[in-house]
Amino acid sequence: MMLRIKRVPTVVSIYQKEEAEEGGCGRNCLRNCCLPGAKLPLYAFKRVNKISCDSGLVDFEDKEAPVAFLDSLLLGEWEDRMQRGLFRYDVTACETKVIPGEYGFIAQLNEGRHLKKRPTEFRVDKVLQPFDENKFNFTKVGQEEVLFQFEPSYDDEVKFLPSAPIDVENSPSVIAINVSPIEYGHVLLIPRILECLPQRIDHESFLLALYMAAEAGNPYFRLGYNSLGAFATINHLHFQAYYLAVPFPIEKAPARKITTTNSKVKISDILNYPVRGLVYEGGKTLEDLSNVVSYSCICLQDNNIPYNVLISDSGRRIFLFPQCYAEKQALGEVSPELLDTQVNPAVWEISGHMVLKRKKDYEEASEGNAWRLLAEVSLSEERLQEVKDLIFEAIACNIDDDKGVTPTSLEGSDVTTQSLEDADALTGSHPSMVPA
Amino acid sequence: MESQLGLIEQSFDLRYSGWVREALNELPDSFTITDPCISGHPIVFVSNGFLKIFGYSKDEVIGRNGRVFQGPETDRRSVMEIREAIREERAIQISLLNYRKDGTPFWMLFHMCPVFSKEDGRVINFVGVQVPIPKRPRHSGHTAVNSCENGAQLYKGAFRCCRREVCSDTVVELGRASALDSVSNPDDGEVGINDPCEARELEKRKANAAASNILSILTRYSELSGKLVCGKCCSVSGMGLLGSSLNISLGRIKQSFVLSDPHLPDMPIVYASDMFLELTGYARHEVLGHNCRFLSGLDTDPATQYQIKEYIRTEQPCTVRILNYRKDKTPFWNLLHISPVRNATGKVAYFVGVQIDDSCKNQEENGLSPHRRQLGVVGAVKVAVRSLSMGASTS
Repeated sequence: MMLRIKRVPTVVSIYQKEEAEEGGCGRNCLRNCCLPGAKLPLYAFKRVNKISCDSGLVDFEDKEAPVAFLDSLLLGEWEDRMQRGLFRYDVTACETKVIPGEYGFIAQLNEGRHLKKRPTEFRVDKVLQPFDENKFNFTKVGQEEVLFQFEPSYDDEVKFLPSAPIDVENSPSVIAINVSPIEYGHVLLIPRILECLPQRIDHESFLLALYMAAEAGNPYFRLGYNSLGAFATINHLHFQAYYLAVPFPIEKAPARKITTTNSKVKISDILNYPVRGLVYEGGKTLEDLSNVVSYSCICLQDNNIPYNVLISDSGRRIFLFPQCYAEKQALGEVSPELLDTQVNPAVWEISGHMVLKRKKDYEEASEGNAWRLLAEVSLSEERLQEVKDLIFEAIACNIDDDKGVTPTSLEGSDVTTQSLEDADALTGSHPSMVPA
Repeated sequence: MESQLGLIEQSFDLRYSGWVREALNELPDSFTITDPCISGHPIVFVSNGFLKIFGYSKDEVIGRNGRVFQGPETDRRSVMEIREAIREERAIQISLLNYRKDGTPFWMLFHMCPVFSKEDGRVINFVGVQVPIPKRPRHSGHTAVNSCENGAQLYKGAFRCCRREVCSDTVVELGRASALDSVSNPDDGEVGINDPCEARELEKRKANAAASNILSILTRYSELSGKLVCGKCCSVSGMGLLGSSLNISLGRIKQSFVLSDPHLPDMPIVYASDMFLELTGYARHEVLGHNCRFLSGLDTDPATQYQIKEYIRTEQPCTVRILNYRKDKTPFWNLLHISPVRNATGKVAYFVGVQIDDSCKNQEENGLSPHRRQLGVVGAVKVAVRSLSMGASTS
């Protein structure tokens, strides 16, 4: 039995259409019709392997300009597209508030985000689906929607080229705007865009997302991922990101350590939060952290479990939420009251940022309501335990080799002797453009 | 870097008279004093007690940000809580894993509180006290389980006690669900070095006492210099143009710009960046509260001024080239970009004006054109104003 739900997809690009495209367009897109000879800005990031400094006492502040730079670039390009009228609405004109309560859920009244269109059917029972060229994908966006290419720098120096050719053989990754933004600066990170990868996490792409979070170095710039079946609507690999300079409720939730991998990645249960899930932090290197999370995601994908991922704290804390809301919805198990709000609990909603379409819902927004909605998203304790078993097995096989995952081991004596520095802003302690 | 260190010395010398450092060092405690107004929020004073515990020399600490003492096992959520406390300019008391110079980690109770200027209510310093928490074997009693495993519970208790003593704000009850009490602890028995560690009453008392003593010294020495400080948030006057956290956030944008408030008579400037002051030669108090037109002079084209007015009236962004004058009367062509800035209500709260000296207009920085950098400022300001006006800070 195929499970489907009906929903109106969010428009993320000006050129997004539901029907099949015919070849050639004259719209300055990224396909073969328009791409040859095209140029886009290129930001070459430094592959920070640790968010630390090898020479101990060298202050991170010495590298002022480049660190603030990605912020400045992204915001400047975004504002430029705002002024050129590329967004469907001005998100800063949407009322927003922090709901009083313990966690401070964030509500926004956004009547313009969702189209008053006929809802489309989406398959929600398959997390892995092959790429379908006939459907909308990001090579169909206009070049003006792309802010810049985002690639690693090969000599470990941050570089910016205002106009660089696009290497078709070696597809670049790009940052594009989301024309229906949830917040200011809402962009899409599309790894290796021309390869047309389907929406599924792989190691390289996830690491790219972490590099971006680390490069931005701003705790209020977060990245998110929705798998198919967990409210991703476009089956072309992408992450989302935006700025919101308040803490997310999920970031305030306490956590209890379950285990530490041999690569020193700590995996914990999220406590006292309506959606059950895992949080990953630590690791000897950024790559270690990335791999543990991506193996977890791949495991979920392979087992057809929909999930969402939030990358927070400049890439230092990663939340993983297996979910089942779409399945419940397809089986008719969600109360009509919740369905009426038309809130699709994707990564941002789960993290505590709710975009509401109806004034009534916005005015009545409360921590209790938010909690109730999100509780529907969560896997049960038992189901989560099964999922965790799968994940830990996958990690054990792939990361810890034959040593096996040691549940309570903590190599306490094995501490580094370097003085480690963080790239994030404790209070904006490094001058990122977006005030922290 | 030199000017940075210079600023740091100055920060303390200007505010507190003469022998304040000696007085502070008479205290045996480990503590640091930071200055949030200096870029990077650096440490401007470090006690001998601190140097002893952490194993650093004074020169290795002054000018650094407190985060350098954190490390891979430091709980990120705790770091976030401290960051939010700084932003909200309130005190916090929290257990934190720190690292000594030799790389060894240890738990300490971190007690931080703001120091306010009496004249304008700004936060001029944060005091951070570190009280080491000795390792103890865990007992399997109910209370120990609650306190050790649950960071939230810890935060709640510690925070409440601290707030009562240091701030006059009403305490916000956290009221966490009792579900937390039933969290079972799989790690019964030995305490791993990096497992969460709660401070006892002893450590909390020590921390409170130290903070109190430090504050007394600072208060006394500020009286002598005439620039009074206090531990409580005094009523904000004069400065009262923008909330402090917005002020501090905007302070990190290193370009020339001003914020004007269209809801006040004659749309005065309510914020001016350091670089604006540098560009125009004015002091902050000379520009705050005034309309930007003081920058215009004899040869400024009135048509341009009218154009600006129109764009503002229609709440549209615009870029104009206008002849402006510095305080010393020298003229310069100002490539001025103005944009409306909305707050969380969705309505226009300010206008931001970003200035570029036209003689510098072709200078690219890192490949970014000046115009793009102007837009970057607009974006950063928009994020700050919107986010920081979202209301209810939940403690």
